[in-house]
Amino acid sequence: MNAQNSRSLEVHGLSVSLGGSEILDRVSFDVRAGQVVGLIGPNGAGKSTAIRAILDIVKAHSGVISVDGQDVGVLAPRERAKRLAYVPQGAPVHWPLTAERIVALGRTPHLNPWQELGAHDRAVVREVMETTDCWSMRDRIVTTLSGGERSRVLLARAMAVQAPYLLADEPTASLDPLHQLQVMEIMRSIAATGVGVLIVVHDLSHALRYCDQLVLLTGGKVLASGTPDDVLTDGNLEAAFGVKVSRWSEGGEQFLAPHKAKAAS
Amino acid sequence: MIKSFQRHPWALNTMLLGVILIAVLLSAKFGQVDLTVAQVLDGAFGAADKAESIIVRELRLPRIILAIMAGASLGYTGAALQGLLRNPLADPGVIGVSATASLGAVIAIYMGLTALHPLALPVTAMAGALVATVILMVLASRDASVLTLILAGIGISSLATAAMSLVMNFTPNAITVQEMVMWMLGSLENRTFGDLMLAGPFIVLGWLMMIGVGQGLNALSLGEEAASTLGIDLKALRWRVILGTAFSVGATVSICGAVGFVGLVVPHIVRAFVGFEPRRILLPSALCGAAVMVLADILTRLPIGHGQLRLGVVMAMIGAPVFLYIVFKTRESMR
Repeated sequence: MNAQNSRSLEVHGLSVSLGGSEILDRVSFDVRAGQVVGLIGPNGAGKSTAIRAILDIVKAHSGVISVDGQDVGVLAPRERAKRLAYVPQGAPVHWPLTAERIVALGRTPHLNPWQELGAHDRAVVREVMETTDCWSMRDRIVTTLSGGERSRVLLARAMAVQAPYLLADEPTASLDPLHQLQVMEIMRSIAATGVGVLIVVHDLSHALRYCDQLVLLTGGKVLASGTPDDVLTDGNLEAAFGVKVSRWSEGGEQFLAPHKAKAAS
Repeated sequence: MIKSFQRHPWALNTMLLGVILIAVLLSAKFGQVDLTVAQVLDGAFGAADKAESIIVRELRLPRIILAIMAGASLGYTGAALQGLLRNPLADPGVIGVSATASLGAVIAIYMGLTALHPLALPVTAMAGALVATVILMVLASRDASVLTLILAGIGISSLATAAMSLVMNFTPNAITVQEMVMWMLGSLENRTFGDLMLAGPFIVLGWLMMIGVGQGLNALSLGEEAASTLGIDLKALRWRVILGTAFSVGATVSICGAVGFVGLVVPHIVRAFVGFEPRRILLPSALCGAAVMVLADILTRLPIGHGQLRLGVVMAMIGAPVFLYIVFKTRESMR
């Protein structure tokens, strides 16, 4: 993981159709190493589909996705897994396993089918669990954890892959405000180590404060992309979400709260 | 106890191997002629012309080897299917091969093929199992989801069960019907090296297909999407587990009848020792299945059953209460 800014995850002309309707239409954007890029947009805009298409969970019918100059389409599943880590939305855990065993599954792409975890793998597991503040719950059964604890364990699981890019689909969903902030701060600290982070964000304040770049999707197309200041304009937000926003700053940080367009006018 | 077995995964396997060894010795000892341990060892390793050696090598050894292979297949495939489907109620019978193998056997009995050649019945049963396997292969090659494969399995099972009822319905005499029912209750009685040579290669082929599936099953604990982004080839994993089960269980049922409960219960017994990680329960489930099968086969020979007690009945009588006990014990962690 080096912090060279020349390295990037590039999405070019990505189009996806599901069940006959076009979900994404020639979407292009970059995620540079060391940056947090937020995917924002109304429900059904294609944010999750974009992440899932990058990961080859859904098939793109056109477009090129490359990681550090290499076409992802030609990579073997295991090689792709080493480069792109994924935090799914509301991920299920099907067996009552301990938090540590769950996080250790993140080492899967690095181990052959018969290999047990080595000393290095265990050190990585411990490190990411400490970063996400869940090492103390390592022996607890994951199905008995609270929603917030579980999200952190699943985030640690993705971090344990140690991929140069981390893709997270609404990692703050179902978290209380404090844990939402913690997760966003973890995303920033991951990016600080040189990882390129792509996250689906619903909270526009989070998008404003924690992301380096934003991609605003509506109806499967990119409406705007660039820095948060460039993207989160009154005009863009009204066009995409049909909302007006109030803005203020406090302690040097910017905040933004949406309200109904009608009520404001 | 779980902790210490989890830390030393080989402890349980070594213990189970010990149980299998003892069970094998007992199985070689008991029968119509009871032998002493010395006679068993002499029969197994001594000169070939003595009565003991004929009893041990010709009569009891194929039966023991088949019990081990059948039990190991049912235990392993039960554990693998429960991992693949992420459902603790999955059983090797769920994919339909057990039912079609049984249908093959019932047809062989109906047509009187058993009188023609001792291997006619297992051959027809295996042909039945192959029909289900081919249907599953066609589906799997079209990238069907696990749910589709299981629904197809249920459909195949129902159809085979209906066809079995039809055949029994038209069977003219009660003795033949009784023969069918007794076969379905499962047995390893009078099995020979011929049976072993017939079913063995298919059973081993099934095992070979399933080597190394543990990592993928572990990753599936997080769901299919997460597993695929961990580099697991889900299509290959499904193909290997379903077809591996079809081959090994199809061949097993052809030889010893549809013995229930092993594939369902054994993985649960093993989980009580090593926890829920799908990979960790695979090998112990095979060993535990083998041990349970050899021990149950000994019980069928005890005087209380007058030699009439069937393997499937013994297994269900022991398996069902054990299953209930485990469900009761683990109800907290299954929440």
